[in-house]
Amino acid sequence: MSMLRSTLIALAAAAPLLGAPALAQAPAAEAPPAAAPAAEAPPAPAQPQAPAPAQPQTGAQPQAPADAGAAARTTTDPQVRQALPPASQTQQQLPQDDGAGPPQGSSEVQAPVPEVQSAGETGQRQVPNSADPEQPTGTPAAPQPQVAPTPVQPIPAPPPLGNRNLSAEELELQSALTGRRITGIVSIPDDKLAVLVQPEGRDWRAFRNSTMMWIGGVAILGVLAVLALFFLVRGRIRMRHGPSGRTMQRFNFLERSLHWLTASTFIVLALSGLNLVYGRHLLRPVIGPEAFTTVSELGKIAHNFLAFPFTLGVLGLLALWVRDNIPNKLDWVWLKNGGGFIGDAHPQAGRFNGGQKAVFWITVLGGGAVAASGFLLMFPFFVLNIEGQQIGHMLHSVLSMLMIAAMLAHIYIGSLGMEGAFSAMGSGKVDYNWAREHHSMWVDDELKRAHESVRPEPATRPAGAD
Amino acid sequence: MARMKFLCDSDRCIECNACVTACKNENEVPWGINRRRVVTINDGKAGERSISMACMHCTDAPCAAVCPVSCFYTTADAIVLHDKDLCIGCGYCFYACPFGAPQYPKVGNFGGRGKMDKCTYCAGGPQQDNTAAEYAQYGANRIAEGKLPLCAEMCSTRSLMAGDGDIIASIYKERVQKRGYGSGAWGWRTAYRETVDV
Repeated sequence: MSMLRSTLIALAAAAPLLGAPALAQAPAAEAPPAAAPAAEAPPAPAQPQAPAPAQPQTGAQPQAPADAGAAARTTTDPQVRQALPPASQTQQQLPQDDGAGPPQGSSEVQAPVPEVQSAGETGQRQVPNSADPEQPTGTPAAPQPQVAPTPVQPIPAPPPLGNRNLSAEELELQSALTGRRITGIVSIPDDKLAVLVQPEGRDWRAFRNSTMMWIGGVAILGVLAVLALFFLVRGRIRMRHGPSGRTMQRFNFLERSLHWLTASTFIVLALSGLNLVYGRHLLRPVIGPEAFTTVSELGKIAHNFLAFPFTLGVLGLLALWVRDNIPNKLDWVWLKNGGGFIGDAHPQAGRFNGGQKAVFWITVLGGGAVAASGFLLMFPFFVLNIEGQQIGHMLHSVLSMLMIAAMLAHIYIGSLGMEGAFSAMGSGKVDYNWAREHHSMWVDDELKRAHESVRPEPATRPAGAD
Repeated sequence: MARMKFLCDSDRCIECNACVTACKNENEVPWGINRRRVVTINDGKAGERSISMACMHCTDAPCAAVCPVSCFYTTADAIVLHDKDLCIGCGYCFYACPFGAPQYPKVGNFGGRGKMDKCTYCAGGPQQDNTAAEYAQYGANRIAEGKLPLCAEMCSTRSLMAGDGDIIASIYKERVQKRGYGSGAWGWRTAYRETVDV
């Protein structure tokens, strides 16, 4: 098909030269057979010895001689060049690297219309392009537009080759529908700018401005509503037998430090993150654009820097507590009993109950994923390209929103929601009755260990001491 | 008021990059930032064409829609500008922009982005027109002087056109009708949700 096209173009380009209105009016279907043989002509055997003077006379002949290529080469001879009339000189200056061997439209050789120009003038153009030494043999040469020596009636030209490609609108529509980018090359040292149109930004925009706000809003406000309702129905969960006055150590200093490191950085990270999502709707109208920018900029810096201590805290907690947080059958029982939140059942639990294990894994897995995606976003184009950054941002924000919602519940039950719970992370000591109630198996373990440590080892007693 | 647009006639663009250079020079654009660039698609193949691309000053601009601090504003000429005193360099506009127009100077730690920089349509910023403060932050304000963006003004083949959308579209249409072909107005469908019908 491309060959047909190129021959058509060759014909059209040659038509004005030949001054042939008859050709222009000829049915298009007839044109290709006339031109095709020339375009497909096998390479002519080169005969360097061919006499140069014979060359100008070949012009009027419908079939070019086989040694035309050689003839064309000989015209590089300055004498022959000078002998040529000016019209053919201009022909040689057409956009072709070697002015001597123009592979001009071979179709004119076989034009059905008689030549109107003198043989001398057109002689140079009679070289079949397949014999051009510059052209690969066997393939039709790209047609070259020609300058008409005499003005003729203008003929509407078909669009050039370049226009056979999709137009801007078609490409952009295709790109928008398929989500593919339109890319090219740039000569400036920033390859990212080679992307001409990237449609993914549209999806990211919809996500950021709508989906994410809904996910976050529903998750966070939903959890707050559930907690408020729970507080109204159930009230503060008190110790059934009241505080005993005796305490036992639940978390040591290292555990508490890591917990509060993670917790405090999480709160700043969460607030600065939420500010980027909701701040312009909630905070900006209240404090004004300049103050809001100051807050947001500090938030951005804090968000970038506190990511590191947060990650450290999460890794530390993982190392300290993973042993006690392996899910087991007891957690299933705990869950079936509503965790003690619903009804009066009081499920047994070890050091951590099912709910605490859930919080642990949410923190470790969720926090790990959020941290990983955040670090990737912190170094743009280091790993992720623009599409990767968009996806990374979506993951980062959705996971963060869900984590914030989960941590709200954790904060509630660790402070307001349950009597005696906060001191575990405050002073590190909990009331004995609280521990018995919520972590009976852990208390048993601790007591057993304590008894073992104070009871003298039987073997250490000297024999016969009794 | 006019509705300012850019139109790159890719059948005329010869990839000389003069628009890129003119922009950098006129606006003293910092090192590493390119407000305008020439993208060549199908390089070396049939249908190769070059398109000069910068901020297209979109209708319903995505950058403005996603900016967390709402630092963007649109002038009466529909030029999309931003206030660098409000920008926090979060990079969201770059995520959203279909043309990759927002650029950031690298400052501070990690991939720390400074205040975003992009094509201002040679219309400066929110500062007082043609002051040193405005020039330092945003570059030239040719619009205030009654001139069009320099990139388009000095395009040697008149490929890149700037001005009222209707006028440059009519010039383009005339060209296409006269020469018999055209590949359309690049970016218009994405930026303005309309195209030049020829």
